[in-house]
Amino acid sequence: MEATVTTGSEEKVWGGGNEPLGASYGKMMMWFFIVSDALTFSGFLAAYGFSRYKFIETWPIADEVFTHFPFLHGVDAPMYYVALMTFILIFSSVTMVLAVDAGHQLKKTKVIWYMFLTIIGGAIFVGSQAWEWKNFIKGEYGAVELKSGRILQFLDATTGERVALADFAKSMPKERVTQNANEGVWYMSESSLPTFTVAEIKAGFEANPNIVARTERTDETGHKTVLSREETAERLQQATYVVEGANLVHNEYGNRLFADFFFFITGFHGFHVLSGVVINIIIFINVILGTYERRKSYEMVEKVGLYWHFVDLVWVFVFTFFYLV
Amino acid sequence: MAHAHESNTKRIWVVFGILSVITIVEVILGIIRPAALEASVLGMKLLNWIFIILTVIKAYYIAWAFMHLEGEKGSFRWSIVLPLLILIPYLAFILLVEGNYVHDVYKDGFVSWDF
Repeated sequence: MEATVTTGSEEKVWGGGNEPLGASYGKMMMWFFIVSDALTFSGFLAAYGFSRYKFIETWPIADEVFTHFPFLHGVDAPMYYVALMTFILIFSSVTMVLAVDAGHQLKKTKVIWYMFLTIIGGAIFVGSQAWEWKNFIKGEYGAVELKSGRILQFLDATTGERVALADFAKSMPKERVTQNANEGVWYMSESSLPTFTVAEIKAGFEANPNIVARTERTDETGHKTVLSREETAERLQQATYVVEGANLVHNEYGNRLFADFFFFITGFHGFHVLSGVVINIIIFINVILGTYERRKSYEMVEKVGLYWHFVDLVWVFVFTFFYLV
Repeated sequence: MAHAHESNTKRIWVVFGILSVITIVEVILGIIRPAALEASVLGMKLLNWIFIILTVIKAYYIAWAFMHLEGEKGSFRWSIVLPLLILIPYLAFILLVEGNYVHDVYKDGFVSWDF
């Protein structure tokens, strides 16, 4: 790049003006950053693979976890939303490469429009991911955690459909309230209590004879093992906690490591998208101001484009390993 | 750059088409999950192998066409791609074999995990 100090000896082999790899300094450093970042993501995904192989029989089934689509409440739509997100990101990659292409021909207006579309696409993607997180954190049916830390989910024995805790739990007078720091001992507080207590779930189970539970274990056909009425009653004796939704400690969908990896990997990727949008906006403003027009080179657009494509590239792998495989 | 002033718009749209078709195929397979593809090949379901191969094809098109590796000098291109091609499968191989081993220890080693 032009930022290098000029010594007047660039034309000599060791003078510093040489580009043996045919790429400018800035572009090469962007590529080397991408290589190291790619290795970071591989480390995360390989760790995910390790844990998944370790708990291969009890890992949650992604199709049963991510089933929401905006404005379609209660409709079971696995994969569709995340497929849409993938398309949005791939398309924003296309507009980015079109911006780079227009930059090569020094067409400022075209670069502005394509970069604008790229930023919009990135913003929609980040928003979608936030929505996906919201659904995941809020949960859908609720479950019970056992002494071992394992999850029991409830379903209707006749239809085999999942049943939400609210549909069968018996309402009983509660004596426990959430302890806040401004009541009682001033340094003690807790996060909000689940809607139901374990006792209410047990009473609801006794009152509804068609409720059974299923465990985390996947059978040979790829479905979670459903317990009989007696087995469920026996297991419920070990229940210690009612789980609604997922966080880093409890996870109603099954193995808690699944939630940890989901938050960590998609969060890290989402942070990359967010920073990509911010960098895109900075370059976008520079394009509008005509900085690169005066420089007669749109290489900065190319560099930020490399980063943006990398974010897309990572998502392709996250999509495969979290939602498909 | 040697390719500074030519336009690659056609190539870009062709690659977008390829990426879209692959994604659609992946999503359809992911929703149907045909029983014929559940067979185990080399320790993994055939369907999962298909997903991974399709993903690598997508990654190839993104890196080669969008990130324009196909227009870079060969030495630059391979100094970027080779370390990843060597290190990532190596890491995945070691961690997955190890994970599988730990799984077997839990399964056969008198460890109670579900109570």
